[in-house]
Amino acid sequence: MNDLFQFFSFSDPNVRYVTLGTMVLAATAAMVGSFSFLRKRALVGDAIAHSILPGVCLAFMVSGSKTPLVLIIGAIITGWISLLVIDGISRTTKLKNDAAIGIVLSVFFGLGILLLTSIQHSGNASQAGLDKFLFGKAASLTKDDIITFSSIGIVLIIVVLLFYKEFKLISFNPDYAKVIGLPVKFLEFILATITVLAVAVGIQAVGVVLMAALLITPASGARFWTHRLGNMIVIAMVFGALSGFFGSYISYVAPNMPTGPWVVMCLSILAIGSIWFAPKRGMLAKYKIQAENKKKILVENVLKLFYHLGESSNNFEAERSIDELLATRDLRKIELNRGLQLLRKDNSVRLKEGNWYITSKGLNEAKRVIKLHRLWEMYLNQRLKLEPDHVHNDAEAIEHIITPELEKQLEKELNYPIKDPHESIIPYNKD
Amino acid sequence: MKTAIETHNLTVSYNRRPVLWNIDFEIPTGQITGIIGPNGSGKTTLLKAIMGLIKPSSGYTKLFNKDLNEVREKISYVPQRESVDWDFPASVMDIVLMGRYKSSNLFKRIKQSDRDIAAEALEKVNMLEYSDRQISQLSGGQQQRVFIARSLAQGADLYIMDEPFVGVDAATEEAILNLLTEMKNQGKTVVVVHHDLQTAKDYFDWIVLLNTRLVATGPKEEIFNKKLLQEAYGGKLNVLSKVGELIKEKDFPVRERK
Repeated sequence: MNDLFQFFSFSDPNVRYVTLGTMVLAATAAMVGSFSFLRKRALVGDAIAHSILPGVCLAFMVSGSKTPLVLIIGAIITGWISLLVIDGISRTTKLKNDAAIGIVLSVFFGLGILLLTSIQHSGNASQAGLDKFLFGKAASLTKDDIITFSSIGIVLIIVVLLFYKEFKLISFNPDYAKVIGLPVKFLEFILATITVLAVAVGIQAVGVVLMAALLITPASGARFWTHRLGNMIVIAMVFGALSGFFGSYISYVAPNMPTGPWVVMCLSILAIGSIWFAPKRGMLAKYKIQAENKKKILVENVLKLFYHLGESSNNFEAERSIDELLATRDLRKIELNRGLQLLRKDNSVRLKEGNWYITSKGLNEAKRVIKLHRLWEMYLNQRLKLEPDHVHNDAEAIEHIITPELEKQLEKELNYPIKDPHESIIPYNKD
Repeated sequence: MKTAIETHNLTVSYNRRPVLWNIDFEIPTGQITGIIGPNGSGKTTLLKAIMGLIKPSSGYTKLFNKDLNEVREKISYVPQRESVDWDFPASVMDIVLMGRYKSSNLFKRIKQSDRDIAAEALEKVNMLEYSDRQISQLSGGQQQRVFIARSLAQGADLYIMDEPFVGVDAATEEAILNLLTEMKNQGKTVVVVHHDLQTAKDYFDWIVLLNTRLVATGPKEEIFNKKLLQEAYGGKLNVLSKVGELIKEKDFPVRERK
């Protein structure tokens, strides 16, 4: 608890820098990554991140300095070269884009590791810490770092705001953008440059290996919550910032915990949470709909039992035993009981001395389902020219889904038929 | 009669194999023209070459007697519906507003007057009540109408549509046809790529009959005869396809000098 208080008081300047820095890095990466995600270039970010390592090493070898700005310049150069090489390979050879990405990623990363190793063995004392680029060094961010990253972050945000509608168009339909005369090449260049920049800055926090997560995971999660591009980008940025915050907090409370991987863990939790719990698009929402469909089918099928028994005995109100109900239809006892309990709550059926009978409300509903079933059989018979012995199974499913509007249309199109193809009477409600 | 589109000796390659050979025709203004041909006859490639999306191996195109770049704002392109991912996070209005983007207003924001024009375009395709709808929730026909509304919002003189009738419902087909007639009455030129011979005769005034080479072009009365249709739909020219294969295989240039 004390840790929590100390963390949130931000009295320790180090905590302040690390937390703020990680939040800014993660949010800007999420913003830029949203476009990579929508343009289906998720893996390109990974390639850029790996290709930045040789650039960082070369920049250090040439300048002998470790200031972030110098290293970032090196990073941008090789990051950009990697993009050009990927593009060149897939344009001039028979290799597809994914193969090109794989090749570039590994070749550049291998080169980076070679350079890194040779720097470490060069005896240059100031090299210490360069290897932090592999897994990030969020915990050792300084005030100067924050100033550099925040300035770059602000520049990136301004660029995205300026070109927002154009970026939207080239992400959705680049051919159309070309046709109306937008400078698509230039816009793609800008978008690629800000991606390289965001990656170059982002790897300071989480490192080369985990950078792709910072770009793509927030957008993937955010997509589940909204259908608006603007909202999606904002949600992705919030996800990024939250993860930056909690990642820093966890590594503060547990001093041996690395910040970068925890940021990525938090992001993943947010994304997986979104995949599961988002309304409408989430998995849970889908399961819920399926469960509701099942329930609807069961309840309507049980109502039909009462109708069929009533129809054959010409007594709809009679009380029926469980066995009598079960004999009508292939339904498991446990399902039947569940259906009856659901209907009872709904006042559609009632229990009387161990037997069940249908209420007028239930009977009306049963009539509706039977009517839809028989109308659909008629429709299949007349419009799709199916034989009467081929229509029943189809109607068993469709009866549960037809909406009142479609019902009206069916009635009209079939001219209010009285009997179905099996000569059973189609019940119309008299209201 | 003025000319809306003129192609001169247009040869276009796709993956280094020529798919259009020496296409040479003129399309008049103020008419509804159908570019007709079987699957794989190069119709979409021709449109893309006209719209500057593919660089031809030889030949050129003029639009209203000018280069594409001089008349871009007068020309509107409706790509094939399947060419984009409709799961993109955007509303119907967002997409139609894209018709108002121009190279000259790169940094500018969308104005209310643009929104009015977009709404009007949506009304013309009977989609106004869907303007806030997510594009991922649209049916195929509705997607097509959104694309047409986007091109209407551009306010062009020449409309070039790639297979707008593919996979659409009857309501959409009727809406598009009414729109084509209305556009014609306003003096606009419409060029439509279409693969269905059955309906082509009812839809269009002028026909370009294509099958990797130009088979015939002219008013529909002249084109719809058995001989020409058989020539276009009776398969590719054997030697021509083989030469195309050779060019691809040997990576040979289509012209000795460019």
